[in-house]
Amino acid sequence: MHTPTTQARPSIYYTYEVFKPWLASQHPQQKRHQVVIVGAGPAGMVTALELARHGVASVVLSAELQFSQGSRAICFTRRSMEILQQVGVADRMTKGGLPWRFGNSYYRGQRVFRMEAPHDPDDRFFPIINVQQQFMEEYLHDACQAHPLIEIRWGNKAVQVKQKEDHAEVEVDTPEGPYTLESCWVVAADGGRSGIRSAMNLDMEGTSYEGFFVIADIKVDLPLPTERLAYFDPDWNPDNTILMHREPHGIWRVDYQLPAGETPEAALQPESMKARIDAHLAMIGHAGIKWDMDWSSVYSARTLTLPDFVHGNVIFTGDAAHLLPIFGVRGANTAFQDAQSLGWHLAYVVKGLASRKLLTNHRAERVGAAREIIHEAGKSTRFMAPPAGGFKLLRDAVLSLSLTQAFVRPLYHWRTSRPHEYTHSMLNSLGDDNALFTTGPAHGAPPHNVRLGANEFLLDHLGGGFDLLYFTDAESMPESLQQVITTTRAKGIALRVIAIGSPHAVMGADLHLSDANGHLRQRYGVPANGGAYLIRPDQHICARWLTLDATRLQAALNTALPQ
Amino acid sequence: MTTPTLTLTDLETVYDTLATAIDQAGQDKASLFLVKLALLNANALASADVFQTHVQAALQDL
Repeated sequence: MHTPTTQARPSIYYTYEVFKPWLASQHPQQKRHQVVIVGAGPAGMVTALELARHGVASVVLSAELQFSQGSRAICFTRRSMEILQQVGVADRMTKGGLPWRFGNSYYRGQRVFRMEAPHDPDDRFFPIINVQQQFMEEYLHDACQAHPLIEIRWGNKAVQVKQKEDHAEVEVDTPEGPYTLESCWVVAADGGRSGIRSAMNLDMEGTSYEGFFVIADIKVDLPLPTERLAYFDPDWNPDNTILMHREPHGIWRVDYQLPAGETPEAALQPESMKARIDAHLAMIGHAGIKWDMDWSSVYSARTLTLPDFVHGNVIFTGDAAHLLPIFGVRGANTAFQDAQSLGWHLAYVVKGLASRKLLTNHRAERVGAAREIIHEAGKSTRFMAPPAGGFKLLRDAVLSLSLTQAFVRPLYHWRTSRPHEYTHSMLNSLGDDNALFTTGPAHGAPPHNVRLGANEFLLDHLGGGFDLLYFTDAESMPESLQQVITTTRAKGIALRVIAIGSPHAVMGADLHLSDANGHLRQRYGVPANGGAYLIRPDQHICARWLTLDATRLQAALNTALPQ
Repeated sequence: MTTPTLTLTDLETVYDTLATAIDQAGQDKASLFLVKLALLNANALASADVFQTHVQAALQDL
């Protein structure tokens, strides 16, 4: 019997709702489901929302009866916001969030590095926005509840997954005991301590680092802007690193590294935390300021990934698939990209619009992304919390030199999570003009956003299916292209046509953007009429042409949806 | 190795300067000092490849 707590979690700034458990006895006999998603965190809910967007129903299981405890993931990148915009929660994130783009690193009281992330007028979203994870989960949950194709089951804990020939069986424990769910596909989005991953005996590859960090959220009134703060080797915590972020609702995140050998249990003693946080606040000039503890946890850096995310009919995503260090805000931000990718790849397989080869592509793209992220995250970790020996010596030498030598200061850069470019994706068209473009987003890249009006951007119009950007000022789309588009749609493939460069409606296009000043054409490197981009449902580019013809459009669509 | 560019006189100066500086840094800080120096020299070399050959040469016959 699984009995999750019915006590609302404590929080200074967030009121937890305790949901009713879903009980099998109160529902009719279950049919086999298309997709069951284990885990109602960011990865699970974005996967469900993306699947639903492509017309595929899912059941989402949460072992708990409420959103996760503590702020957890707080920094969301621009690409994450673009993905959250796709699933309809970006406005709420923006409304409650604190956007920022500057970061500062301090050593011996001197600011030795300042990161200034660019914010282009063509971007709708800031480089980063801070929102506590409970709010983000609430927004995603509201969106899931509003969608008829998504069913969320609170208090349902997946305890075992059995692989069958063409489906999987999930044994689910609930407050009234266990029941069995049959599903064609199971998405394991059950987080860093994935029970499904353990039960299937899957080993992750990579490195676990030694140092522990305490993560503490405190309510305190500090007259500081929303910028990332990093302190290296301060007097109160020699050799170690401290990070600070402002969160909404008067909360500050303070992460501090523990001295080597100290146990997490000892570090989480209230008197230990009080002494250290007081010392830190004193060091930054706020000795004796009143503060209250909201939540704390302990963390150690790991750069680990499953070597494959797809196992039979079970697919791992988010933290269940890989564990990434906090330096560079890679956990939830990577999970959103995983989930957005998985959503359409799986949906198109479920709907029979492509073969399982499409999932082979998903695994290649996302395992590749995880490995690339791990490579970068390893560099950040070896600077933020260097292992003893050579890395510690080098890091300390850089700290010391940075007081006077500018050339080492860029080493403080923390390599923020960024969108992966699927440059070598098997979905990229082979016979297009990708190599002939001199600018614009290339094969596998996410699109460049473009400001179209006061509150209108190109990305507002992309996603949910394939998008064909066709650059023309003619009255109508060429007849031969229209035929390919019609045939494609007849197969059940969503393909929207956006004509760019015409002040009037273009026959055969679903939308026209006049692009009167030519800015969009310039951002996309299209010099003349007849150029085009084909964009996948996850907004990544899979083909582009200086002059599009029907044969090459058909070829690109065939490549993007392998049979 | 690259062709030596220090005259014998200069090499002798470097020899004495480095020895004295290591003592000045003290036993506790000698490694830190040498790493700082290596980074400054690497930056002046402006070549990760040349630095790599120096690392390999220095690792020989320890």
